[in-house]
Amino acid sequence: MTEHALQTDGLGKRYRRTWALQDCSLSVPSGRVTALVGPNGAGKSTFLRLVVGLLAPTTGSVEVLGRPATDTPQALSRIGFLAQDHPLYKHFTVAELLRVGRSCNLRFDQELAERRLRQLDIPLDRKAGALSGGQQAQVALALALGKRPDLLVLDEPMASLDPVARLEFLQALMGAVAEDGMTVLFSSHVVPELERVCDHLIVLNHSRVTVAGDIDDLLTEHRLLVGPRTTADLDRSGTVVEATHSERHTTLLVRDGGAPAAPGWQASPVGLEDLVLSYLRQPARKEVAA
Amino acid sequence: MFVFRIDSNSGVPPYLQLVQQVRQGVLLGFLAEGDRLPLIREVSETVAINPNTVAKAYRQLEQEGLVTGRPGQGTFVNATEAAPVSPATYTSLQRGLETWLGRARAAGLDEQAINALFTAALNKARNENIA
Repeated sequence: MTEHALQTDGLGKRYRRTWALQDCSLSVPSGRVTALVGPNGAGKSTFLRLVVGLLAPTTGSVEVLGRPATDTPQALSRIGFLAQDHPLYKHFTVAELLRVGRSCNLRFDQELAERRLRQLDIPLDRKAGALSGGQQAQVALALALGKRPDLLVLDEPMASLDPVARLEFLQALMGAVAEDGMTVLFSSHVVPELERVCDHLIVLNHSRVTVAGDIDDLLTEHRLLVGPRTTADLDRSGTVVEATHSERHTTLLVRDGGAPAAPGWQASPVGLEDLVLSYLRQPARKEVAA
Repeated sequence: MFVFRIDSNSGVPPYLQLVQQVRQGVLLGFLAEGDRLPLIREVSETVAINPNTVAKAYRQLEQEGLVTGRPGQGTFVNATEAAPVSPATYTSLQRGLETWLGRARAAGLDEQAINALFTAALNKARNENIA
């Protein structure tokens, strides 16, 4: 297996005059679960569609599992994609959907898909439209997993699900990851539940990647510094990601920085949610240090 | 079988939550020598957590000597040699903390203030350990 499941270089996509994605250079190691986070309109869906070959890049390149995304049917057969709102043919029964899956794919593990659905007590003779939202999501996931993909890409897979269905969806997904060791890339804008399921993070904002990397590394590299209010530059190392000032004190999120030498300052570790939110609050910039 | 749980809002990294639950389980006697921890796949599926995170927690527990992984069989709890914390020490530490809590409450601190103070002290101690 290649070391990187996904690698992009200067990747960009323009619709008419608007750039949906710009200067995107990153790599995702194999066997990881990566969260793609960003506000609506940040370019998440564009990025995912470029990865699975549904869109052609305007600039740059994207390599999936060691080859260009849209190379051959064989290459595509290794990628599973679940689009937003898990679309299914509503008038087909679950069993019929599985047959479609088997007929349309070079490889399809029907037994695996059926076993998954049976475990979840989803009746195979029921029409997809008659299932609950959570069950529909599970059917769509089972179809995508039936391909036995090496890379599974999911666009906002849990956006329309209630909390119980979300958890059940994540349980099924994590169980599949543990069993098959595939690479997963999914977009979301719900941050709190990411930490338990993801080990890699990509933050997209204003059509650009603002931060990307291993979550443990990112949490180690970032520090929250709290001290008396100051707007002057402190004697410290590292880059300031975000500075907030109240009347009497200043809070800085810094990357690669130690505790400041100035008295009265305290450094503390930052949580994933705060880290992501700080990057999401950053205003648009011309130059972004990746 | 030992059951893990994850609190997404606790601010404690998920792998550390798993490590702490095993430590506590051993300390309180829920886990005894020879007990098998659930397989990584089982934990992933039941608590909806990344298998790499579970693997990381198990690795750390192994490094701490609390458990031993046997390839193809699973991860097993080790004998605790002369209990790192004796029940008496444990009880006395808890009493000390309770006394301290009483003093904090008497001084007018509410639960939030106590938590803030405790976290600040913990952070300070941690920073000093690193430095």
